[in-house]
Amino acid sequence: MIVNGTTIDNTFAEAFGMKATRVVITALNHRWARHAAQAMTGFATSVIGCGVEAGIENELPAGETPDGRPGVSVLMFGMSGKALGKQLEKRVSQCVLTSPTSAVFAGMCGEKCINLGRNVRFFGDGYQISKLIDGHRCWRIPVMDGEFIAEESTAYCSAVGGGNFLVLAESTQQALIACEAAIDAMQDIPNVIMPFPGGVVRSGSKVGSIYKALPASTNQAFCPTLKGMTRSHVPDDVESVLEIVINGLTDDDIRRAIRTGVDAVCALGAGQGIKRVSAGNYGGKLGQFHFHLREIMA
Amino acid sequence: MSALTLTLREQPGCSLDMSLLSPHRLAGLEKAAVGALPLSGGNRRQRLSDLFDISGEDAQELVIVNSSKRLLGIGTGMTSGTIRIEGDAGDHLGENMHGGFIEVTGNAGHWTGSGMREGMILIAGDCGDFAGGALPGNRHGMRGGTLLVRGNSGDRTGDHLRRGCILVEGNSGAFCGSRMVAGTIAVLGQVGPRAGFAMQRGTLLLSETPEQLPPTLNDCGEHELGFLSLLMDSFAALSTRFADSGNSKNRVRRYVGDLAVNGKGELLVWV
Repeated sequence: MIVNGTTIDNTFAEAFGMKATRVVITALNHRWARHAAQAMTGFATSVIGCGVEAGIENELPAGETPDGRPGVSVLMFGMSGKALGKQLEKRVSQCVLTSPTSAVFAGMCGEKCINLGRNVRFFGDGYQISKLIDGHRCWRIPVMDGEFIAEESTAYCSAVGGGNFLVLAESTQQALIACEAAIDAMQDIPNVIMPFPGGVVRSGSKVGSIYKALPASTNQAFCPTLKGMTRSHVPDDVESVLEIVINGLTDDDIRRAIRTGVDAVCALGAGQGIKRVSAGNYGGKLGQFHFHLREIMA
Repeated sequence: MSALTLTLREQPGCSLDMSLLSPHRLAGLEKAAVGALPLSGGNRRQRLSDLFDISGEDAQELVIVNSSKRLLGIGTGMTSGTIRIEGDAGDHLGENMHGGFIEVTGNAGHWTGSGMREGMILIAGDCGDFAGGALPGNRHGMRGGTLLVRGNSGDRTGDHLRRGCILVEGNSGAFCGSRMVAGTIAVLGQVGPRAGFAMQRGTLLLSETPEQLPPTLNDCGEHELGFLSLLMDSFAALSTRFADSGNSKNRVRRYVGDLAVNGKGELLVWV
């Protein structure tokens, strides 16, 4: 399959089942809601080293948040509900509680819940106040700029993590421009995040390493500088490969994101140095979800 | 099916215990069985059909027409369904209610919603003393649900309130929110003396500063409190004057106490 001169490889992205939650952070204005959300989703690129993968889903206008203030929706993905809950509490207490004028609310409903403000409330040292409003328990924790409002818990659900596609370009600059275009287009899609810096990752990995302590290591098949010494997937005319990793609440959300992202990449096409679009997988043996590029782009 | 309607033929000479009349207790009963239900009053028992005309069959939707303040304990322990009371209701309306909806077109007596855990009671008129309050000997009053009084409420409104919300669109009497443990009481009119007396926790939200506050409620100054927008939004669905934009502002003067009992309750007055 060739789109605008760019070859779409006959391959698939392999993704895994994860657990996900959504929280809504509000503040006096979007600037401060973003500050809190960015702090909370910092160091959350991969569960391998960060414990959780998180990102900003979108900005919410004042009318769409629980307390009627400008807000930001954050999605967070973990390998289990327990791991997710542990990270969520840490990040709320260190990044959201500390951010001026912030408040945090559950962003999804469901039977399975993890703590949001349940333990953060103890920061109130006995001065915290509980309010049960419309069946939602909120904690009012006195802080130096007034009160921090945190809903007691939020639901989590099964989700999909690790959807991806690779952009193979003549130069790093061209690959980056294509990825930026893809991320810009994908940012409007609900229920997905691209957890890496700017949504783009250059250190695509494989499972395992020659070093026993490492669970993952560089994917040499896509490292251009190793073309001559490995079974490389990088053609001669490609000098740079970048990857966009997508986590979504459902596989359909990821499909939609891949389609949108690859469309944006192919819009630049071979004329802008984009030679191929490929995807990362582990031979189909590890992940439950397979996203075949050509099926998605058909 | 049409609503099960009980029409009181004439005002009873003495108070009647109506605590049997809850939708969940009447569910599945034939009309004759409903008519045979015993109602205690004074030192004797009467059949329900001796006092009421009975029509309709859907017990989940109970209507009491021509109701009187001598009908006590309507909706006691109710778990679901609705009761519409056309006229007044006596004491102990919705006592220990666990769900459902009670509407009174007239006034209600004392201890309305005492021990209530869930559901909603709407009083179009006034309400007696101890609305949502604790019965003598009980440690807690309301433990959940919502009590909305469009008129005035008597003394000791929300005494020992444990959870839930009491909204009074008119005035409230003395000792409003006394001995509150938690929950929320909001009053749009004036409150009598000693509001928040001996309160432990909970929120007393007022539109006017009471003329006489307990000296052991300390002033914490004026503040914007974000939770108030959540609270006011939750009132919007109730079709109440509390949902009016005039009172949806978050700026309040905050008094805390009652410090005489090491309380951490709050009395908030919109500014």
